[in-house]
Amino acid sequence: MALTITVNGTPREITADAETPLLYVLRNDLQLKGARFGCGAGQCGSCMVIVDGKAVQSCDVPVSAVAGKSVITIENLGSVERPHPLQQAFIDEQAAQCGYCVSGIIMTAKALLDVNPEPGEHEIRAALAQNLCRCGTHARILRAIRRAAEKMRAAT
Amino acid sequence: MTSGENTAARKLPGSLETNRRLDRWLRVNRDGTVTVFPGKVEIGQGILTVLVQIVAEELDLALERVRLAPADTSRSPNEGITSGSRSIQESGMALRYAAAEVRDLLMQRAAVKLGVSLEQLTAADGVIAARGGGSLTYGELADDDLLAREATAEVAPKAAAQHAVVGTAVPRLDIPAKVAGVPSYVQDLELPGMLHGRIVRPPGYSGRLTALDAAEVQAMPGVVAVVRDGNFIAVVAGREEQAIRAQRRLARISQWEEQSALPENSDPRYLLDCVAIAEVISEKTGETAASGAISELEAEYTRPHIAHASIGPSCAVAQFTDGQYTVWTHSQGIFPLRGDLAKVLGVDEKSITVIHAEGAGCYGHNGADDVALDAVLLARAVPGRPVRVQWMREDEFAWEPYGSAMVVRMRAALGADGRIASWSHDVWSHGHSTRPGGKGGVNLLAGWHLAQPLRPAAPGNPPLPAGGSHRNAIPLYDFPQQHVTNHLVSEAPLRVSALRSLGAHVNVFAIESFMDELAIAAGADPVEFRLRHMKDARARAVIEAVAAKAGWKPREQGDGMRGRGIGFSRYKNLGCYVAVITEVEVENEVRVRRAWAAIDAGQAINPDGIVNQTEGGITQTISWTLKERIDFDRQRVTTRTWQDYPILTFAEAPEIEVTLINRPDQPPLGAGEGAQGPTGAAIANAIFNALGVRMRDMPFTRDRLVAAMI
Repeated sequence: MALTITVNGTPREITADAETPLLYVLRNDLQLKGARFGCGAGQCGSCMVIVDGKAVQSCDVPVSAVAGKSVITIENLGSVERPHPLQQAFIDEQAAQCGYCVSGIIMTAKALLDVNPEPGEHEIRAALAQNLCRCGTHARILRAIRRAAEKMRAAT
Repeated sequence: MTSGENTAARKLPGSLETNRRLDRWLRVNRDGTVTVFPGKVEIGQGILTVLVQIVAEELDLALERVRLAPADTSRSPNEGITSGSRSIQESGMALRYAAAEVRDLLMQRAAVKLGVSLEQLTAADGVIAARGGGSLTYGELADDDLLAREATAEVAPKAAAQHAVVGTAVPRLDIPAKVAGVPSYVQDLELPGMLHGRIVRPPGYSGRLTALDAAEVQAMPGVVAVVRDGNFIAVVAGREEQAIRAQRRLARISQWEEQSALPENSDPRYLLDCVAIAEVISEKTGETAASGAISELEAEYTRPHIAHASIGPSCAVAQFTDGQYTVWTHSQGIFPLRGDLAKVLGVDEKSITVIHAEGAGCYGHNGADDVALDAVLLARAVPGRPVRVQWMREDEFAWEPYGSAMVVRMRAALGADGRIASWSHDVWSHGHSTRPGGKGGVNLLAGWHLAQPLRPAAPGNPPLPAGGSHRNAIPLYDFPQQHVTNHLVSEAPLRVSALRSLGAHVNVFAIESFMDELAIAAGADPVEFRLRHMKDARARAVIEAVAAKAGWKPREQGDGMRGRGIGFSRYKNLGCYVAVITEVEVENEVRVRRAWAAIDAGQAINPDGIVNQTEGGITQTISWTLKERIDFDRQRVTTRTWQDYPILTFAEAPEIEVTLINRPDQPPLGAGEGAQGPTGAAIANAIFNALGVRMRDMPFTRDRLVAAMI
């Protein structure tokens, strides 16, 4: 069936079954590969996107459920040439090893900082409860998020 | 000069020895850039940045002018497998010497063209200039002939004191694209007309398909093919979610017969009842100074099977066109994989091209190679169309080859002089390598399920001194008498293969826990007790450095809730030296709050890369040690999801401080796996320091802790 969803501010027409997980629509129909398949069960956060301001695991949401809502993906934050402060902080802290989980983690952090620009350590860790990292880059990732929060506060 | 000269048996550095042509490694492009062709691959460890640093250094070229070509069997040097923390020693040293020689060739050609002597030339960022005027770029100087020759390794690379790029924390080249969400992995590869495949595995290792009527699946929306070959069944569909739906339906309607062949439970002690080949790997029968031991200690340490548990399930894309196979894969060994693929397909290796594309971190041999065969088998069923196969999370947990369960029994006698008089270490384990390329079989999962099944090659161990199950079983400490025996259990009920650090995690856990038990029996401080038995100056240096950094106090005691402990090893007894101190807090469960490490990996090419690997190694090992275990019943692996297999979370992650001891004049030693062994023991020792409770069976779960305290 034909559906219209709004991704990164642009209405996009797609043809897919209503129950198709949003993840596959983003990756395969819209060629937005930054959200990645990790578990298909909402347990790891590799596929995290922001829907109406909330961090959501796109593997676990039928595409029909986001009709009329705003979907934001990692591609909308910044680019290699013009990184978002969060992306820049991850570069500055070298906060990645394989990097597969990182775009999902950045989206969770973005959703957090949008509503809470000055999160405490406990709040950052709690916000990342749905994100797994297997390389063990946790300490650097936490530093990067703290750094980004500081930079973003200083800029406003 | 052409290739074929200089074939004398002179041994060349690193992988130059087996790949001698300079143009296998480097190409100077007309635009002045240089393309590097490494045979080693990026698995999240940052190796490619390090190789670019080495080439930029020797060629006096800006980092931005160095390009990287993906490893490809049709072009790249064959460097075997990217494993064992050997990439810098093998690929890095080959490229260091190759680049130094290429620079020398460019200088010689420039001297001729500019009509000056070599002494009058300087090179800076790809431009060779004569003192009296005149200059040429590398791009102007190079042609196809220049590098079409064998390396001699006779051009000395730069001395450490001259290094400007090597030894600096160059930021990883791949991180900006990865944090921007740019397609970076084989999982992101998109080819025109690409289809999606999924495999329906048997419910357990022994499963045999007894009935399947695939007609209803064949009729599902988007389904292009249902492939059945013996116990291998799979679907190919136009859309990814269609392939997944068809896979689920196929799994539901297929009927299987199973045997009860797995051990009774996940306790690794089943190994003690298995047929094993015992090999004494170290024997010392020296004189002991003390007359008579004052005490004898015995202890048994275990780890269950644990998973690589990559965040990104294994994936490959394959295409079969005009009799030629092409497969994009995150395998750690594209050449061995090609060899095993050729055996399964019954074709010549020449008809297969294997191209590396990054995957998620693998930490050893996971499903990467297996899914490459899956994709190739499905591509063969739909000629001309590329097929992308990604394993589901359940496939990865149930079918990846695990890190083997292990049991270590220690015995030692402590002399009246407070020194260890005799030491014995017995390790029981399955072999730690079943990678593709093994002799006498095929180590690719689907190959075993075909109607004409191929047999797997027997699990083996890399030989000592590196070792597999016996990796780091021989202590680096100085004991007058020691006896180390490897009990290799060949028949493995669960699929096993190389997991980061192989046997070192458990052997070092046992050695370093036992050293702590002996220190306590001797009434000694654990740091001082280690130094008392250690002659190796570099080993002493990391132990002393981590103790200083952590502010270790002699005989410091925990407070019933918090405590600290130390662990040490030199990886493989020939790689990097690492000492780790952890601070644990024990309430309902064990939490590692802080960790300190000191590492000496010889010459540091990229200091931050070493620190990042060490932090990651510590964090991952905390997860292995506290939380992880593969579960199964008599028929099947029952671990299928992250709920079944919890790993360390952000809430639980410690702060880590790594002290790097850089030795620019020493050879680089690799740094990817040094922290695993020391960290496991440092946790057990910290728990004892906190509570007086000795944890010897991993994982140290809440239930185990409660049981140990009663």
